[in-house]
Amino acid sequence: MQLQEKIISKILLLIAFSSIFILALITFFIFEEGLPLIWKVGAKAFLFGEKWIPSKGLFGIFPMILSSFWVTVGALLLGIPLGLACTIFLSELLPPSVGTFFRPAIQLLAAIPSVIYGFWGLIVLVPLIRNHLGGPGMSILAGSLVLGFMILPTIITISEDALKALPPSYKAGALALGATHWQTIWRVLIPAARSGIVASVILGMGRAIGETMAMIMILGNAVKMPTSFLDSARTLTTNIGIEMGYASGDHRQALFATGIVLFFIIMALNILAIFLSRRRAH
Amino acid sequence: MKSFLPWILSCIAAVSMTMGCQRSRAGMTVAGSTSVEPFAELLAEEYMSEHPEAHIYVQGGGSTAGIEAVISGAAHIGMSSRSLIDAEKKLYAVTIAKDAIAVIVHPSNPIEDLSLDKIREIFSGKMANWKNLGGPHHPIDIVTREEGSGTRESFQKFVMGKEDIDLGALVQDSNGAVRQVISSDPNSIGYISLGLVNDRVKALRISGVQADLANVNNGKYTLVRPFLFVFNGEPAEEAKSFLDFVLSPSAQKLLLKEGLVPVVEKLD
Repeated sequence: MQLQEKIISKILLLIAFSSIFILALITFFIFEEGLPLIWKVGAKAFLFGEKWIPSKGLFGIFPMILSSFWVTVGALLLGIPLGLACTIFLSELLPPSVGTFFRPAIQLLAAIPSVIYGFWGLIVLVPLIRNHLGGPGMSILAGSLVLGFMILPTIITISEDALKALPPSYKAGALALGATHWQTIWRVLIPAARSGIVASVILGMGRAIGETMAMIMILGNAVKMPTSFLDSARTLTTNIGIEMGYASGDHRQALFATGIVLFFIIMALNILAIFLSRRRAH
Repeated sequence: MKSFLPWILSCIAAVSMTMGCQRSRAGMTVAGSTSVEPFAELLAEEYMSEHPEAHIYVQGGGSTAGIEAVISGAAHIGMSSRSLIDAEKKLYAVTIAKDAIAVIVHPSNPIEDLSLDKIREIFSGKMANWKNLGGPHHPIDIVTREEGSGTRESFQKFVMGKEDIDLGALVQDSNGAVRQVISSDPNSIGYISLGLVNDRVKALRISGVQADLANVNNGKYTLVRPFLFVFNGEPAEEAKSFLDFVLSPSAQKLLLKEGLVPVVEKLD
């Protein structure tokens, strides 16, 4: 190899490592800032405490863990059926020429900044819910609806890839055995692509749990335990987003500790998604 | 491959040159309370139009963050919308204006006047329905600011005392966001800077006292807090010059026009 090529390859190696280095740095920093507070108040009081009043030294994030959970469940209830229906339509029922128009349109959904989703939710959905269903309008329901649409591109793109990756013989074989087109889709193709579809849903969950800006605008950010879908709520991410500007001392550390909890949730989801999509390959 | 290396080197050279440029244009950073920020931006613009060579960067972040930035040296001037706590008393603080906090509701709300006790009952969650106050039969949507906000700390001090704000209250992270929620929700109540009250929300009288500049000046309206500029030691050079400008009659008149209460007696 020429000297110059060696130098270039070393430079590229360095650049590749720098991204991993930055990840390690962020991880270290979050833990270094957040762990002392968890030791101080106790992991149980932190994770399962029901009151978050930083000015009184109360740092319980259980309401936020629950809210994150419910908002995500709501988003999946909307996102999975819609996403799956859209995937089947795109990959099986739509003529390819129309598909070339539809696919970029769906990917465009992912390109819309989340603050726009939030603004739309705030101006359109929130008053609708307040006027017709009651409560303050800023609610888990509003957040779930918006998130349901936000995770659609993730679910659709990845599960469509999973369907496309199936050997053509599956479809041909099923049709040759006399199955209708719909039976082929529902009984053969979807079960065969199951692990990829599940992985897409899990990545969508990761997106839902991580969403911050839109949720700050729509959820109303109240810190009490959520008791209904019409209640205002605060997720783990919005807790950090809304309070970081003013936080100092223990309060700031508690926000980093919230980040640690998020870190573990997202890590677990991603590992699960990778594990499931690997299994498909074997 | 051969043409690559010089290209990269020239890139690095170009980047380092522009960085050098930025350093020579370094100005003064003013950071802190988001309540003070819009007014500081206005003042900085005025100041820079009078002193074309000056560069003042105004950033938000919150009172506490601003004060910390001054201590750490990250900012030259900190903005605070609350009084300094004991640990911060060693800093040099100047009151540049005073701001009243108005308790606001939707314009369609029939209620015009509440006592501080009633407001405290509402925000602590004990009074949960407008019916008990002579309004419509509907639950009250409380809107508050996030923990650590200077406006919230002042409200806590003036109105709530030892009582907590209800945990079920909606939390918004700026005056503007609170105003937006109140203006769209007919059953809500919240509090913002008097200077930011507009016709989309209604400021309540407090025990008969209208929230306006006259009542702030004569001391009848009591929900008043200082807007501070905080310095690490006596201000000098550019910081001193900017502070002098802010306390000048023309700048104070500007603040009065924006709804704040000036600290300088004579404006002409």
